[in-house]
Amino acid sequence: MAMAETSGAPILTVDGVPLKTQLRRATQRSRWRAIGLVAPLFLFVLVTFIVPIGDMLFRSVDNPTLTQFIPNTVKALDRWNGRQLPDELTFEALAKDLKLARMGQTIGRVASRLNFESGGMRSLITRSARKASKLRHGPYKEAMIKIDKRWGQRETWATIKLVGQRYTVVHYLASVDRKFNSDGDIIMQPEVRQIYVQIFNRTLWISLLVTVICLVLAYPIAYLLATLPMKTSNLLMILVLLPFWTSLLVRTTTWIVLLQSNGVINDLLVWIGIISEEGRIRMIYNMTGTVIAMTQILLPFMVLPLYSVMKTINPYHMRAAQSLGANPTRAFWKVYAPQTIPGVGAGSLLVFILSVGYYITPALVGGASGQMISNFIAYHMKSSLNWGLAAALGTILLGGVLILYWLYNRLVGIDNMKLG
Amino acid sequence: MVAENDPLVRFIDVQKSYDGEILVVKKLNLDIARGEFLTMLGPSGSGKTTCLMMLAGFEPATHGEITLAGKPINNVAPHKRGIGMVFQNYALFPHMTVAENLAFPLQVRGMSKADTEAKVKKALDMVQLGDFGHRRPGQLSGGQQQRVAVARALVFDPDLVLMDEPLGALDKQLREQMQYEIKHIHQSLGVTVVYVTHDQSEALTMSNRIAVFNDGIIQQLASPDNLYERPENAFVAQFIGENNKLLGNVKSVNGQSCEIEVDGGGVVTALSVNVAGPGERASLSLRPERVIINPEIGSCPNVFDGRVEELIYLGDHIRTRVNVCGHDDFVVKVPNASGHAQLQEGNTVKVGWTMEDCRALDIYE
Repeated sequence: MAMAETSGAPILTVDGVPLKTQLRRATQRSRWRAIGLVAPLFLFVLVTFIVPIGDMLFRSVDNPTLTQFIPNTVKALDRWNGRQLPDELTFEALAKDLKLARMGQTIGRVASRLNFESGGMRSLITRSARKASKLRHGPYKEAMIKIDKRWGQRETWATIKLVGQRYTVVHYLASVDRKFNSDGDIIMQPEVRQIYVQIFNRTLWISLLVTVICLVLAYPIAYLLATLPMKTSNLLMILVLLPFWTSLLVRTTTWIVLLQSNGVINDLLVWIGIISEEGRIRMIYNMTGTVIAMTQILLPFMVLPLYSVMKTINPYHMRAAQSLGANPTRAFWKVYAPQTIPGVGAGSLLVFILSVGYYITPALVGGASGQMISNFIAYHMKSSLNWGLAAALGTILLGGVLILYWLYNRLVGIDNMKLG
Repeated sequence: MVAENDPLVRFIDVQKSYDGEILVVKKLNLDIARGEFLTMLGPSGSGKTTCLMMLAGFEPATHGEITLAGKPINNVAPHKRGIGMVFQNYALFPHMTVAENLAFPLQVRGMSKADTEAKVKKALDMVQLGDFGHRRPGQLSGGQQQRVAVARALVFDPDLVLMDEPLGALDKQLREQMQYEIKHIHQSLGVTVVYVTHDQSEALTMSNRIAVFNDGIIQQLASPDNLYERPENAFVAQFIGENNKLLGNVKSVNGQSCEIEVDGGGVVTALSVNVAGPGERASLSLRPERVIINPEIGSCPNVFDGRVEELIYLGDHIRTRVNVCGHDDFVVKVPNASGHAQLQEGNTVKVGWTMEDCRALDIYE
């Protein structure tokens, strides 16, 4: 009887309005209020964060320069089979495009875009444009080849066709030290230009090292924080947080003072007599410097999640394990350590993700061997202005972090994570 | 060799101080027999839990010796003592299932897998949780967790099990049920139990003997009935059960009995248990249920007029507050039997008691 009532017609309120409608009406006000409360932050994040980042990431495949500034050439090359030189019409399109681009003062952008792909293209384009402006009539093919014999080479045209694609994967290929050859096959970059795979590997290695060192250093501190009496642990907590409240730049430069060849530590070691005046240790402007400084800066991010998890562990568990016959070491590994895994996971993930994208510290104390991928992204953003490559490197970094996050979720479960 | 009737545990002149200034345990001498259920009872801060922790090995004794089965254990690490323990908040390992929790002490001892499984099953059956082995402690109710904790402390067959206020977190009904269960497990296994609690009814229900702690000293060590009926000092009389206290001066002591001149007027004849001598202060202890309303003339030596101040109906008895000898907190339990005295507030009645029921003790503030 009761079953029939619930499964049959929709339940009505006393006024005869369906219950669901009435419920929606009743909660509408609070729903609008919730949206109103969230909206400012949501819009702020959308406008200042999501949209710019999306735009930036889009640049890793976006490739408008050639289609915009030498459109006829790009269109003409669509018909080109790539085996011989292009036909007269293509040459004509090129000559006219160059002329127009020179007049429109966009030739520089075409030249630099092509130069990213293949060295020497800049001079070729600017010089050819200058001379092509004087061409009045055909045949353009011979005239162009006369201007520069590289126009008679198939590879030059292959490069233009490749770079002329509206959307491209060349930045991603470049990010993993690969490129298209003139036949359209993916090949390795020349050895001198193979850097990014190595930098990615180094970034991962430094991040891993920093994470492990942080974990080893933070675990005992967090344990002390969680087990000491309130008065002592508060003092210790302040000591942990004090560097946290100090400027990142101050802390990094402090390490320069401490670690450089004529720095405090080397002076001390020489004075004690452990090392000789000539044997001063190089501890900064290399990978060692990066690792030391980053470990110190990221340590609180490991201590705090560990502490918050350890705080919740019943201190009687260790006693219980010992009363059941486990020696203290075994009690620790079997009973205490497994319960800290959510904290270890959260801390490690946090430190690793932060270090993978670290920029200022490696830039200041990294020297040549301590540079990380972010430094190269910054270089391409600010100096070489190859935003496409910078965006591709950034996207790969972001993808890597997301994969890591997914892996962590599969292995440990993200809801097991405790940040504080 | 240790003889069968030698005590299993001995505390010999044990003292304990945490800060070097205050003695938490003053001078403890205590023998615990094999198979005994001994309860350490006392208010918080009385030193009872400290004694338990010293026995378990988690706190070192500052002075004195503790022996287990004849061997001194002062320098034996906790995990080598082989003592089972049930903690206040169960201390079940949340990352292990119930069965894994129970298997833990067996695995630590290197027991084979088959034996471990058999013992775990037996222990779970003992606490009626046979089907709960695969669950996590967090999925169990408080009472079930309590049973698991008891089973875990017993699964490796220790001679001695310590329990530190194990029922403190349970509600009243469950607590009473668990008291009986623990008592039955103790009886069927013959294991020695040292139990710490501040709940006197729990101590009375379960124990063979109770050691009442206060101020770092065992005030009295006796069986539950002796403790209740024959307290030896004023602290025990007040701490165990409900007690009427009358203060006064000792008038005379004649062998077993003495006469006390109560502060509010009147002379009471009482059993002389713990009085300093004539002229000294003393307190009288009298259980509310031993007071007789309107006693037959000549049946008891102590009969006084009392004014009924308050009546509280409690079903099986009526708690009656009477003003006697200038003490207005004198309580009489009138059983709700047929034909019991019909009292009204403001009435004056005769109250009386025998000499044996009224114990003259020292002064405890």
